[in-house]
Amino acid sequence: MEVENTGKEKDRFIITVKGRVDAVTAPEFEKRLEEWIDEGETRLIVDLGGLEYISSAGLRSILTIAKKMKTKQGQIVLCGLRDTVKEVFDISGFSTIIPLCESVDAAIGKT
Amino acid sequence: MPEITSSARMEHLERLIAFVAGHAETAGFPVQRTKEIELAAEEVLVNIFNYAYPGMTGDVSIECRIEDDLRLVLEISDNGAPFNILEVPDPDLTTPVSERHVGGLGVFFVKEMADTASYRREGDRNILVLSFAKHRHGTGGQEHAGHVQE
Repeated sequence: MEVENTGKEKDRFIITVKGRVDAVTAPEFEKRLEEWIDEGETRLIVDLGGLEYISSAGLRSILTIAKKMKTKQGQIVLCGLRDTVKEVFDISGFSTIIPLCESVDAAIGKT
Repeated sequence: MPEITSSARMEHLERLIAFVAGHAETAGFPVQRTKEIELAAEEVLVNIFNYAYPGMTGDVSIECRIEDDLRLVLEISDNGAPFNILEVPDPDLTTPVSERHVGGLGVFFVKEMADTASYRREGDRNILVLSFAKHRHGTGGQEHAGHVQE
């Protein structure tokens, strides 16, 4: 699992995640995002186009991050969900509570 | 019948999942269905790692077989505390972020991804049997997909 800051556009902080966020890798994923938020980044766009798999552990981390953002009046958008990842978000109802976007460009345009 | 046993610790999760995925791939399951099977297996295994052996260590075993070239069947067993994962209630999927909890979501995925799921206790073992057809059954025109057979 890789999670990297891949850009900053119009003060949105862009993060790209690749690989799998499962019960083993979710803590690292969560920690990295929390570090950026603690550094003051409150407008996050997370590109999940390269995310191949996510389990409930990953959703737990995303929920923790989303709640943290709310306390800072921040904003997080997840982009490019596909296949099983999109299915997991839809089945769990997370599609309706976490902002999603088709692509990073679309997210920048909208937010 | 192919089987894997390891101590019930998170460090073994990816190896156990790879065992399951390998069998699904070899049996010709589509990529997305294989990931759904991995997801169900992960959720069961993580529950066992977290709750089956409070204060001690123990094993988990997975038996994997293909039935009639159509279904992949997993038997996941442990000899921890008696626990039927299928009895965990479904989470409320409609709560907003501020009140949402993740409890119960893993089990919900197991029921959504598997076509059939059953639990039995045999001696000192919990045995969960999950079966998966090559494509997840659709939700159109069917009842809520959470079949539990006792």
